[in-house]
Amino acid sequence: MSIIRYEQTQGKSLGFYALIAGLGAFILAALGSVYFMEHSGHHVTGMSNRIVWGLPHVFALFLIVAASGALNIASIASVFNKKIYKPLSRLSGLVALALLAGGLMVLVLDLGRPDRLIVAMTEYNFESIFAWNIILYNGFFLIVGVYLWMMFERRMNKYSRKVGIAAFTWRLILTTGTGSIFGFLVARQAYDAVIMAPMFVVMSFAFGLAFFVLVLMASYKWTERALGDAIVNRLSNLLGVFVAAVLYFVAVYHLGNLYLAENSGVENFILMDGGIYTQLFWYGQIILGGLLPLALLYSPATKGNRSMLGLASVLVILGGLAQLYVIIIGGQAYPMELFPGKEILEGYGTIAAYTPTLPELMLGLGGIAVALIAITYLVKFLPFLPESLADHVADPHHKN
Amino acid sequence: MKELNRREFIKNSTAVTASVATVASGISLTTFAAGPKETDPVTNEKRWGMLIDTNKLTEVDIEDMVSACQEEHGWGEETHSTGDQKPGWIKKVKVKDTATQRISNLALMCQHCEEPPCVDVCPTNASMKREDGIVLVDKHRCIGCRYCMMACPYDARSFVHEDLSNQKEHMPRGKGTVESCTLCVHKVDKGEQPACVEALNSDAVVFGDLLDPTSNIHQTLKRVQSTQIRADLNLNTGVRYSGI
Repeated sequence: MSIIRYEQTQGKSLGFYALIAGLGAFILAALGSVYFMEHSGHHVTGMSNRIVWGLPHVFALFLIVAASGALNIASIASVFNKKIYKPLSRLSGLVALALLAGGLMVLVLDLGRPDRLIVAMTEYNFESIFAWNIILYNGFFLIVGVYLWMMFERRMNKYSRKVGIAAFTWRLILTTGTGSIFGFLVARQAYDAVIMAPMFVVMSFAFGLAFFVLVLMASYKWTERALGDAIVNRLSNLLGVFVAAVLYFVAVYHLGNLYLAENSGVENFILMDGGIYTQLFWYGQIILGGLLPLALLYSPATKGNRSMLGLASVLVILGGLAQLYVIIIGGQAYPMELFPGKEILEGYGTIAAYTPTLPELMLGLGGIAVALIAITYLVKFLPFLPESLADHVADPHHKN
Repeated sequence: MKELNRREFIKNSTAVTASVATVASGISLTTFAAGPKETDPVTNEKRWGMLIDTNKLTEVDIEDMVSACQEEHGWGEETHSTGDQKPGWIKKVKVKDTATQRISNLALMCQHCEEPPCVDVCPTNASMKREDGIVLVDKHRCIGCRYCMMACPYDARSFVHEDLSNQKEHMPRGKGTVESCTLCVHKVDKGEQPACVEALNSDAVVFGDLLDPTSNIHQTLKRVQSTQIRADLNLNTGVRYSGI
């Protein structure tokens, strides 16, 4: 393995400016949507008193979950000492920070009173998982920022493992916290389950890696740098393992719920007769987001094919969005069990309706655009990317 | 006129403050005897609660309770909010027992839990419980995250989905914040009853201090069978029901 040299991207090509302009357009559309929604009030959205968290939360939580997962590549290198991942560590930290920034932007701009963000930053109720998350998110920025500094600054390299362990621990706690936002809601049949926390951790592994793979392959292709099979195939295998792990957790979650009679109603709703939620679950989350990527990653016909890896990554992301849609919106649409043993004829108890609106979608997409524009710009200004990841450079076991 | 220097200003203002304080304390001494005052400290010696007897409560009664609440707090006139976006601080719920087919009607609102999940989850302490058990939203501190609405087991909270005008002085409702039944805290603090209870004026709904052995609600709860909605959650609600 040779010495890794990192270099900024040139960022002068037409493609670069086209990318920035395209992402900028999405961000402007998101800001316009926010102005419209905040100015008119949430009545212009599909959200209501029954579906209080809508499409923006689907995107926000997806990005936040993926953010902690994107840091895994750096963790595998520094915490678990796998040398082949080391050249990817800087980019891993960057993608993690960018995704978190995008997710938080969406979350904050969907608040009823985003102008009161300062209240959220200064008033903490330490019994609130949300308040914990605010601390965890801010801490993540700080700790990953320091981690990047340790990696960039040669004098500090020796500390990068220690900081890496801290960052890895922090990200596990962070995703546990994100999952617990739902896991601790005792009154809602779809949520009250401790398995939500580890399930979110595993989801973060898959979503974060899928995003990272796409960023890595695109940036090397567009900057015409070498990216060898040694790294790509490793990432591909890892993605397969994570996708399978998500499917496992989803199976355990639903089987566990099915065992409890009190939850049979909501399980029936999600798995059988929930209309759009059932379709999103089976076609979106399980088939498109789980089984198909596994087939693409492992079947001999498509294994090792980069376009197929890219497609699998896109599908994992779409499946992840579908999964969060089912969890967040499906879980709210199904009514709470207010009167066990009784049927509610009037006043409550129906399946809540939700039709997402364009501004909600644009705000969510704007979050992804913010993450991507941050990555695009920062790789231009700081040396995040190795100038080559060809096998003879990156693979410690490469034989010429 | 002579200009005041700083020392004289402090001397004069101290004298004025002292004399105001003396007079004011005299006033408060005389008014304490006249019943509860809004300035009285709220303590946990009281626990406000409500008992709703669904056997005595008619559907018209519940509609009257809802109208009284709307009028008291000024909700329900929203023009843009549709369907589930409309606020519902108190609502009529009709339930049928799946075994016996018996139908009951009840008024459902914030249950004023002793262990309110909304207060636990609120990141900014905007959702709060007073010492006397009344659960409220501080509308100046609410950031509109709606986590409390996710956590409430009773679907009792509403989010203001549009601009409002001409709010009531005691109820500063505002777009982008969460609201719910306040148990008419502004009236209770003056020794009055909540608007929905006043509107009904029957023993179908009893309001009072759950801890006071001489109160009507305390004695009725001792006598009749009552229940809490979702008692399994151990939230110890302040609103109780009998007949369901």
